[in-house]
Amino acid sequence: MESLTLTDGEQKYYSDLFVYCDTDNTKKVASNGRVLDLFRAAQLPSEVVLQITELCGATRLGHFGRSQFYIALKLIAVAQSGLPLRVESLNSVKDLPLPRFVVAKNEQEARHTAMYPDSENQGSYQGVIPRPPGRGQVKKLSAHEVIQPCVPTVEPQLQPDTTSPVVSPHQSPPTSPHWRKHKRQASGGNVERQPVVVAGAVWTPFREPQAGPVVSGDGMWSANSPPPVQESWVSLKDAHPPSSSTLPAIHSSPVQENSSIRTVASATTTNETQRQSSGGYDDPWKITDEQRQYYINQFKTIQPDLNGFIPGSAAKEFFTKSKLPILELSHIWELSDFDKDGALTLDEFCAAFHLVVARKNSYDLPEKLPESLMPKLIDLDDSAEVPDQAPDVGYSGSPVEVTPNKSPSMPSLNQTWPDLNQGNEQWETFSERSSSSQTLTQFDSNIAPADPDTAIVHPVPIRMTPSKIHMQEMELKRTGSDHTHPTSPLMAKPPDLSEETKLATSMKFVTANSGDGYSSSDSYTSDQDPITSVVTRQRSHSGTSPEGLKVVTAPPPPPPRPHASHSRSSSLDMNRSFAAVPTGPQSAGVVAYPPAVPPRPLPTQTSGPHSGHRSDEGLAAHSTTSPQQIPEQPNFADFSQFQAFAASEEPSDDGEKHPESLPVEKSSEGAGPLRTVKSDNQEERAAATVNSAKGSIMAPPPKPVRRRLKSEDELQEEALPLKSNVIATVLAAQPSIPRSVGKDKKAIQASIRRNKETNTVLARLNSELQQQLKDLLEERISLEVQLEQLRPFSHL
Amino acid sequence: MAVCIAVIAKENYPLFIRSVPVQNELKFHYTVHTSLDVVEEKISAVGKAMADQRELYLGLLYPTEDYKVYGYVTNSKVKFVIVVDSSNTSLRDNEIRSMFRKLHNSFTDVMCNPFYNPGDTIQSKAFDSIVSAMMVQAS
Repeated sequence: MESLTLTDGEQKYYSDLFVYCDTDNTKKVASNGRVLDLFRAAQLPSEVVLQITELCGATRLGHFGRSQFYIALKLIAVAQSGLPLRVESLNSVKDLPLPRFVVAKNEQEARHTAMYPDSENQGSYQGVIPRPPGRGQVKKLSAHEVIQPCVPTVEPQLQPDTTSPVVSPHQSPPTSPHWRKHKRQASGGNVERQPVVVAGAVWTPFREPQAGPVVSGDGMWSANSPPPVQESWVSLKDAHPPSSSTLPAIHSSPVQENSSIRTVASATTTNETQRQSSGGYDDPWKITDEQRQYYINQFKTIQPDLNGFIPGSAAKEFFTKSKLPILELSHIWELSDFDKDGALTLDEFCAAFHLVVARKNSYDLPEKLPESLMPKLIDLDDSAEVPDQAPDVGYSGSPVEVTPNKSPSMPSLNQTWPDLNQGNEQWETFSERSSSSQTLTQFDSNIAPADPDTAIVHPVPIRMTPSKIHMQEMELKRTGSDHTHPTSPLMAKPPDLSEETKLATSMKFVTANSGDGYSSSDSYTSDQDPITSVVTRQRSHSGTSPEGLKVVTAPPPPPPRPHASHSRSSSLDMNRSFAAVPTGPQSAGVVAYPPAVPPRPLPTQTSGPHSGHRSDEGLAAHSTTSPQQIPEQPNFADFSQFQAFAASEEPSDDGEKHPESLPVEKSSEGAGPLRTVKSDNQEERAAATVNSAKGSIMAPPPKPVRRRLKSEDELQEEALPLKSNVIATVLAAQPSIPRSVGKDKKAIQASIRRNKETNTVLARLNSELQQQLKDLLEERISLEVQLEQLRPFSHL
Repeated sequence: MAVCIAVIAKENYPLFIRSVPVQNELKFHYTVHTSLDVVEEKISAVGKAMADQRELYLGLLYPTEDYKVYGYVTNSKVKFVIVVDSSNTSLRDNEIRSMFRKLHNSFTDVMCNPFYNPGDTIQSKAFDSIVSAMMVQAS
């Protein structure tokens, strides 16, 4: 080996480095591993390093002796200066700058885990802020404190530099960050670098008037213990030009928080090492204890009560000081205000602060709040307990508890949960719609749970309009007792149903939650949906109406149902019209006196629909007979009965004849009810009625024909059961017409007379029913008007 | 799935408008603008019962041959307008209502953000994501 002449500075520096590499404390040999690390830190290509190693003779020796080490260092300096590696250059090059060693973070961590007691750490300890895997490396590198022992400046200070490493460990041995600091101390220039790095974190509270740079070794040392703790915010000021003036600011503020931070620092390192040993950066967003402590202190400055809230305005001011763009602050707010209450709890504040810090470190903000930043349900304990807490434990419990509360109201958060539980890489760059498809699918899957209000049974929106209800009611009323109509049970309490439906509709009017056809008023006229389904839907809606109710404080009470009387208006009117109708016997035959139904505008109906009723009865009875037997039944006139019927016209007689009518009716298979009234048939029907009146025994033979007619009547069967029954009774009053056909003219005339009387009766009935119809229509109109008033919102 | 979603402020200027076919977006802007008239008409029809009785969901404002326009007004006279394709017949009233409800919720969240100045255009990512989820996909 050539002799190596080193300058004093170089001597010192090299000796320090050797000591650093001398893990075995042999004072003679530097460990290979450490040396190689150091050489790597020199940022030289590996072949150069190999060359240096070879040149310095280490390969020969197999280890780095002190001389080899020094040679190697010199060669590194040579290489870094750009000079060719020559052995001759070792001594020939004058004024060679000291070799620079930039240590990457990974190496730093590796070193940290090794826990070297040596203070000469060349790496920058940046472990506090979790590093994004690989991402921040480049950035960090820039922030890395390059050990730049500038010759002019260093040398005079090398003395303190070399001594400082010795000093520093005493001051704060457990804190590894100090190592870097010590190195930093090397030069006055480095002094600036330090504050630059440290100042990052403390931007908000530490914006104090900045005095001149403080350069005193011991002073810096003492002050350095807290600043290293704040190295976590190291590169916050990456972009900011180093300003020495910030150093005193840092120093003053650390002095303020020295006590707390010192204690935390000591705890932090243990935590740090634990965390690092556990494996680098598993959760980039985890808040370390010291960070949390810092945040808590900041929180206290705004809101002394740790369990209290920071109002949005105060938070806005606070975070605006970070000089982040408002848009990013807005996004941070959205992420961190977990409960969307416009205020920040301690946890939310810590999360927000952490995100701000991350953003300052040029980390991209996540699209969703990372798991570790989720606010806990239990507020963070006081600082005394913070160091004892493992950061994981605290956060893990919260998301589960918080989420269910959020899920109904915040579908966006619902989307985040599946991702969050997967941990690590949760931030994404600000790509607006790149994940839209993903969110879309989640959105769809969350539609049902997220909207309990839309859990409405039926697939088709109901057109709930008053007219519809009304018509439904009318339908209900019309459906006779004869029918095992699904609505028949409803018939038992049509007013209730109408109340129900009306209530439902009124509620639907005012609530937006019920997804049903309030808006459908425009189509009410067109819809002739199957009433039963509508009714059943109404029932389901009645079930859902309480949901709707929750939105509206008090739905306008449905107007007192005038229909209560009127709903059975037809029946009442029927009662009026057939005042003497003994409801007793009638009801015996007639099930519940079904509310009279205004005549449905049935296609088959032409005129005097009601006239058909009576005739229908007879028709039913006679269905077969009518076509066949009309001409043959001149003798059916049971005049006595008929006249009795015509005279009384009251169901009292009908009641008498009711038992007779019953068989008739039954024989007619209840086909009677209707009103197929074809005027052309009326005569026949009248005849038929006469016939039926006459004949108490309607033989089975007519049945087939009856059935035919019945098929005609089927349409109208649902309507006016009452009428039909009345008519049945009325008709039944007439004794059944004997099948035998009388040919005598008298019989014919009698029959004609009877028919005429029947006609008059039926015509009267018709008029009465028409009157009822008019009344009902008027009521309907009045109801609609009321509805309009209640729901003062016009529809298309 | 909506074709266009717009949020109009009380003074009838848009706070947020986005449509799916990024070409001839102007057509949707115009549609939304004209729908404001219908919204005003519906609001004014309240008459004696003021906002407390007025329903927020306005329903179908008007249909054209290509699309249908639905409206929703909050109690602070902020209007949401959704334009859907007429060919999308499967879209029911329920779904439109739920879309409006979600819009309203996320709009409320935007309002709660202290960094949002009322009157600014809405630039919230969360709001954007909600809207994107409701828009027709990649047409």
